[in-house]
Amino acid sequence: MNIINQIDPEVSDPALVARAQAGELDAFEALANRYEQRVYALALRMLRHQQDAEDVTQQTFLSALEHLGGFRGDASFATWLLRIASHAALKVIRKQKGLDTISLEEATEEADGYDTIPHPEYIADWRHSPEQLVQQHEIQRLLDEALAKLDEKHRLVFLLRDVEGLSVRETAETLGLSEANTKVRLLRARLQLREQLTRTLGDPERRVVRVPHNH
Amino acid sequence: MKCAELLAVLNEYVEGTVDPAICEEFEKHMAGCNPCQVVVDNIRKTITLYKGGQPCELPVEFRQRLHSALRQKWKQTHPQKA
Repeated sequence: MNIINQIDPEVSDPALVARAQAGELDAFEALANRYEQRVYALALRMLRHQQDAEDVTQQTFLSALEHLGGFRGDASFATWLLRIASHAALKVIRKQKGLDTISLEEATEEADGYDTIPHPEYIADWRHSPEQLVQQHEIQRLLDEALAKLDEKHRLVFLLRDVEGLSVRETAETLGLSEANTKVRLLRARLQLREQLTRTLGDPERRVVRVPHNH
Repeated sequence: MKCAELLAVLNEYVEGTVDPAICEEFEKHMAGCNPCQVVVDNIRKTITLYKGGQPCELPVEFRQRLHSALRQKWKQTHPQKA
């Protein structure tokens, strides 16, 4: 079965969306080709389960196909799709937890605030730049492992905001959180990932010890 | 500004959306505080690495299933074009 179609990769998303809305299947498949990996990667990192990630990916594109007529381009097509995927993945997470009617925020209620955020412990310059690191075969595994160690509520915010590039507001709306809570969770996620990555990627000889000081 | 106070504006600082007056204070603190400089640099690199991460490969068999499900659904929703 040939699933590569003949659409020029230079054609923009809005042009493909317009053609798909006008009834051109090839245009819709070109959009699917363009975003299927990203949707699958997001679902896999949210759910950490291959079969669930496949189900969510399929639901996402079926739902996008069904609701394409209602897509008005207020957000980009990518953001619209990623939000459909996030909602589908959250539904799986809630079902697993038996939380059909309770929001994720209520279910994981906590006294989120800046004063309870743990301070950086292991502080060291990294041995290599991110540009050098991305060339290394092992780096993706290290990134995924560090991400998997985060609490779910921190992981979801980090994935949508920093990996997928949604705005804080879009992330908050997608997850059903307040913007303030989203920001605190994002900070916690960034600090925890920094801590973990620095323990592996930091240069022990360039470790900085924080001494008590007054400024 | 103390080290602990930096945390509350760290997100906005690394995203470049911090209020200019606070930004100035932040940078004044960092100029005299090497640990904070390194932490901010580490955080920026952490975000850069994740942003540039590799998307996971779609299993080939799943990709075929996905596309045939899409075609089937398309036929159902666009009967005149079938």
